Parts: sequence; C-alpha cells; structure tokens
Amino acid sequence: MAKVKKIVKSITIDADKCNGCKACEVICSSWHASPRYSSNNPARSRIRIVRLPLKDIYLPVYAGEYTEAECTGRDKYIIDGKEYNECDFCRASCPSRKLFKEPDSGLPLKCDMCEETPALEKPKCVEWCLAEALIYVEREEEVDEDEQPKLGDIEIGLGSMIDKYGLQPVLDTVARMAKP
Amino acid sequence: MRYGEIGFDLEVNLSRGSIDRVETDPRDTRLYLGGLGTNAKIMWDRVPAETEAFSEDNLLIFGTGLLCGTGAPGCNRTIVSTVSPQTKLMAYSMMGGFWAPELKYAGYDKVIISGKSDQLVYLWIHNDKVELRDASHLKGMGATEASEAIRKELKDPDIQVAAIGLAGENRVFYASIEQGRSSASRGGIGAVMGDKGLKAVAVRGSKDINVADPARYMELCNDVLKYIKFREDHPIKGLPAIHQVLGSPQEMAIVDEEWHTTSFMWGNSRTRRKDFWTHEIEEKWRETQENVRTRLISCHNCPMKCGATISVPGLPTYMMKCYTKLTYTMAAYSDLDFGFRIAQKATEYGVDGYSAPQAMAFGLELLEAGILTEEDFPGMPDDSEGRFFYLLEKIVRREGIGEYLADGVYWAARRIGKGAEKFDHNTIKKHEQLPLKLGMLNPVYFLMYSTGEKINITQIEGQFPQEPLATREAREEFVEDWFQVPDAKFKKYYVDWERRGENSNPYYPTVEASCEIVDWMEKMHYIDDAVGMCAGLSSFPLKPPYHIHNYPEFVSAATGIAMDKAELWKAATRNRTLMRALNVRRGMRSADDKPPANHWKNRFPELEKQLLEAYYKLKGFNDQGIPTKEALHELELDYVAEEFEQKGIYGHG
Repeated sequence: MAKVKKIVKSITIDADKCNGCKACEVICSSWHASPRYSSNNPARSRIRIVRLPLKDIYLPVYAGEYTEAECTGRDKYIIDGKEYNECDFCRASCPSRKLFKEPDSGLPLKCDMCEETPALEKPKCVEWCLAEALIYVEREEEVDEDEQPKLGDIEIGLGSMIDKYGLQPVLDTVARMAKP
Repeated sequence: MRYGEIGFDLEVNLSRGSIDRVETDPRDTRLYLGGLGTNAKIMWDRVPAETEAFSEDNLLIFGTGLLCGTGAPGCNRTIVSTVSPQTKLMAYSMMGGFWAPELKYAGYDKVIISGKSDQLVYLWIHNDKVELRDASHLKGMGATEASEAIRKELKDPDIQVAAIGLAGENRVFYASIEQGRSSASRGGIGAVMGDKGLKAVAVRGSKDINVADPARYMELCNDVLKYIKFREDHPIKGLPAIHQVLGSPQEMAIVDEEWHTTSFMWGNSRTRRKDFWTHEIEEKWRETQENVRTRLISCHNCPMKCGATISVPGLPTYMMKCYTKLTYTMAAYSDLDFGFRIAQKATEYGVDGYSAPQAMAFGLELLEAGILTEEDFPGMPDDSEGRFFYLLEKIVRREGIGEYLADGVYWAARRIGKGAEKFDHNTIKKHEQLPLKLGMLNPVYFLMYSTGEKINITQIEGQFPQEPLATREAREEFVEDWFQVPDAKFKKYYVDWERRGENSNPYYPTVEASCEIVDWMEKMHYIDDAVGMCAGLSSFPLKPPYHIHNYPEFVSAATGIAMDKAELWKAATRNRTLMRALNVRRGMRSADDKPPANHWKNRFPELEKQLLEAYYKLKGFNDQGIPTKEALHELELDYVAEEFEQKGIYGHG
C-alpha cells in the first residue's frame, strides 16, 4: 500500500497544571459560534473540565467520536488516591451522558483542533490556557494511504440523528424541510 | 436580543413562594450598566429608607456584572446588595468564582429575593426550571458541606452554589455568603440571607451569552490576555512582593509576608511587630503553606491563580483566597498553621475574615481589661488559639458572650458598656476595618477611608501607589509605561511625590491632586463593580490590563450601546452618586465620613477639613455630603433630588 505523510495534531494535557478556570470552554464555544465569537456557552464546548475541587480533580477532556451505544462494562480509576467517576476519561459523545452534545439539538460535538484556512498556530483552547495545562504538539508521520472516504460534518450529524430517531423520520423531516 | 447582558431577572418572593422571570429595561443598562449600578437602582426604587435589614421588605439581590460570562478574562463577579444589619446602610459585597457566569448561562442577570420563608429552603435554578426546595436537612450544615450535599442531591457536580453556614442561619452581623473558593463577606449579607430562611442558591445553565460586535470584542479580550502575560513576565520593581503582580494579593502562591506581618497590626489592631518577619519564620511558614496547599486555583475564565485548595491533615478540604490566611493568625498573635486551621471552620460557618477575628480579639481585650470577666467565658481554654476556636463556636451560635460579639465590635461595645466603647477603635460606620495604625496622615487614604461607600479600603484603593518609590529616578522609570492613567498629570503627581520633605504627606499630593487621584481610583472600582470585573485584574493592582482607555470599547463591543470614555466615566459617577444617595436617605451625613480616630498618629484637622470639602465639591455633594440637586440633574438622577426635597433631606443644610 502506498505511504503518505500525515500531520498528527495532538494536545498534551498536563492536568497537574490545570487551575480549573474554564477559559478553554469559553473560547472553544466562542470560536465555534456562528458568527464566530458571537456567543459563548461552555455547554457547547468541545473541551470540558471534569472539575471536583474538593477532591482536587481537574481533568480537561476533549470531545471525541460520537457513539450510538454506551459501554457495557465500565472502569473506575483511582490515581494518586483520587477516585475518578466512571466516564471521566472518556471522550465520546454518548447516550449515557449529556456531555459533548449541543444543548438544544442534542447533536454530537467533536473537537476539530480549530481547523481553519489559513491554519491557526495552535487551537484556541491552547492559546487561552495561560496555565500551560494544554500543550499543542504537531508531528509528521508516515501512514498507509487512506482509501476510505471521510465523512463530512453533515453526514456525521445525520448519522447520529438516524441512530437516535431512525431513518424514516429523518428522511421525512428532510423532505418536509426541503419543500419551498 | 440583548447583548452582553441577558435582559431578564428572576424575582423570588419567599413569603409567597412565587417565582417570576421579569424583563429588564434596556435604558437602565445605558445609565447604570449592570451589577452594582442596577442593584443600587432597584434598592432605591423598592427598599424604602425605613426598611430594616431583617424585614420582609428588605431585598437581597444577587446581581451579575454587565460583562460577566462573556469572553472578557476575569469577569465573573457576583455583586450582592441588601440593607446591612451592622451598618444599617446599603451593603454590597462581591464574590468571584463561577456563580455569576453560571446564572447568565441559565438565562438571568440577577436573582432578586424578597420576603421570608418560614422553613429553611434553597433555590434551584436550572435554565427555565426554577424551584424552591426544602432545606431542612441542610440546617446547621457548613457552607461548603451544604453545597456538596446539594450537588449530590441534584446529581450534577457542575452546579454552582452560593450558601450560608451556621453564622448566616443565626444572623451573625458579619456572616458571609460562601461559594467554594470565593465569598461575599462584608456587611453581614449572609445574615440577611439567613433571616430570609434561604440556605443556598444553586445554579446550572446551558444557554448562550451573546456579544454585539464579536470580532472586535475578541480582539479586546486577546489584548488583555497578552498584557496579563506581559505583566507576569514583568513584575514591578522595587515594591513588596505582593504589590508587584496582578490579581488579588498572591498570598496563596507567595510565602513572603513581610509586608503584611510587619506593617499591619496584631491583636485587636493593637500591636505593630516591625521585627516579626525573620528568615526562621519564613522557612517555617513556607513549610506550613506548602504542606497544606494542594493546588493554586482560579475563578471563571481567569488565568490568575489567587485561590488555593487547602487540606490541613485531619480537617476537611476547603478553598481559600488571599488575606484570610493572616487575619486570624495575627488577631490571635499566633502562627500560620493556626490560621489555616481556624479558617477551615470559619469558612464552613461562613463569617467575614476581617470582622470575625477582630470581634474575637476585642472580646479578649475586654476580658483582659476587666470589663468582661472569666464568668462571661465559661469553659474557655487558656491558650490564644484555643480561645479563638472557643469564641468562633460561641459567635456562630450566638451563645453566651457570642450573642454580643456576633453583632460586631461597634454594637457589642455599646451593649456591653462599662467603658467597652473605648475598645472599639477600628471601625468606620460601625464596620470593622483592616488592622492598620500608621504615623503620618496620607491625604489620599484619608479621603478613601472617610468617604468610601463600601466602607472597605480594598474596594476603593488601587491604581495609584500607596507610597512613593525612594528616588525620583525610580519614580520616573515607574511612570514610563504607565499608560493606564486617565491623564498625564497623574504621572507628574507621582514623580513629584517624595517620602520626606516639602512634597511629602500630608501636604502632598495637594488637596486638589488627592481628590483627583481618589476620583480616578474610585471610578475604576465603580466600573468594575458594574461590569462584574474582578478588581484583581483592574482597579486594585498597579498597571492592570483593564483601564479607562479600553473599558469603553469593551462595553460597546459587548452590548452594542455606544460608549466613550466620557459616557462611561459619567455612568460610574452616576453609580457612585446613587450609592451615596441611598446611604444619605438612610441617614448618613458628613459627620460619618471619618477614619478611625487613631488610624494615623499625626492628624491635621484643618487639612482634613479642606480635603473633605474639596472632595465633596468635586463629587457634587454639599457640605453635609449630600449630592446636590444640580449634580443629580446632571447625572439624570432627578428622581433622587425630588425625594430628597420631599423628605426635607436638604432641609437646613
């Protein structure tokens, strides 16, 4: 299989440095607002801080893939004597919780690293984290050429709507909305 | 749609159990901005002068600032306003944390509490769903403890809770409202909350906060963040450690407390210990602080880390900010370890960290002086630390001597009598002040202490240095990048100011310059308190990121209301004048505008008179400290003048 070069974008999360200020949530929701920066609402943010001050738990978590079914088994982590809740480390937009879903439509949210043309130097959450708990790292990797077509935002959204309501109601709704 | 603000308040009448969502008048936003300004307008309109603090008719207003919850870094203040049981004037106390932004995300600018509930209740606000819930199971619980219980009960760890502890329930005159890492502590607002039968207000929101000019607004926010970073990398040279940087005094991060421990007074504001700070103490305190401090923490959308999570072995974890670590320590002539221990209990009980230790130290002084006897303190331990713990328990329960001390030094002294009044030497307008006793009168501070409506020096000072740097060269260097000044003349006032000689206190800064300096400092606080900005990034530290040159644009870009410097300055003047008017209507006059008699050893009655007169003149107050009809008209506050006339307040001058 042919090899291609790929830029892998990652964010190193130094949770020990997080001071729980939620600036990342504010700027993320603001960047993704339409028009850009017109509003902010942490409930729409693609990064959320699991924040339990009295247990000294500060855990920034990024929205990952949408999943249609919750886990059948769950894990509970205890690290340095701190007990985390079952889903704390999970990035999924999942039926088991409200996290990483648009509060009004319920549509899933996913971190897109603030992809933009021209590209930003770093994602906005990293820029706004003066505590340096979020560190942006870019590296180049050689990978097998990807022959799978990528799903666009609309397809991901529609997919989740179909999972939630079934194919026919979604088709009916689209048909109804398409009428002039 | 409204921008910056939400445009809706929540009206909750606890007597009737009614809850209403009420649209606010956008014209008030232009005039009073929000936060303290609109709180004051509501107090003026709805709380008559005769209303007592513990009356059904008193309001308890939780107001958010105009820009709270927008992208503006550090804009997160809740401004709580009510009639104070202690000063009997209008109290406003503020807290940072996360509560105010959460309330706006839930869709409200303010929660206005009226009436009283027979049963202890708490208010639960979740977007459009708002309900009063039984709180009998939370009765007697600590503020932090109750907040955790509510989060558990409602199954959401992200709920923000403002709660009172036992002190509020028992109407201690300096009870606070606690909110995790922050508290609104001054003026006894927690006592009013307790009197209303309201244990807590819990909030969770998931709605948008909108701004009118998004691109410009974000530019302004980014500039502020950049400047915060710059100031972090460029502390101001030649000043005590805690004055070099931004934020509330960085006392959770910084161990060096030479300035506080050697400049401020110990006990009931009695003893200055100029030689207290030694290398040995520093090492010991470093160990204490680093052992209990789990993490430095922030408020909503703020890069500063002014607070800390404190875990003293064997005690429940709590959160602390700045000066409380020293108030008990110093009042009890004790140690930092004791300070951290007692603050844990004091935070749960919910008492003000300034007033409570002074009331305790005052009680012990009366015992020492023989005005009170051992019989008044049955079962009290012999050691200073034990005595403070003992008194804390008595005060929050209003038991025995605690019944007296719970009213604060001023009222306790008058109820106890027998010469106790003489020991009330550190209150202004019946309210305990920072424990400071100094030598030479500082004209700027004289005005601020005398006239500040918050009755708390930290809520009026800032911007202008507390004393001149030693050399002219150092002062010239200081003013080089001092772009925050509203006018270049302030740089000159500072450069010309000397520690000794002709251009030194008390006659320099001159009367005129002193008034202008105070006016500037005061205005910045009034802007902060209206927009909900933390003073730690604005009116309190030197060379802050928010100032009169960028604030008007912040307000315009957020709200869409055209605002220039002159208009914003005028809005701040209006709010300041309305606060004065509220207190004048409640009986305050120029005779009350004075610092504690012994605040400075060297007093200058003639100069002080000139200062006060010039200040009143600049503010548009008459010689009684009452805003004049003309000044009120100029500020579109004619309704105030009309009521003053009707009530004969201008009367015989």
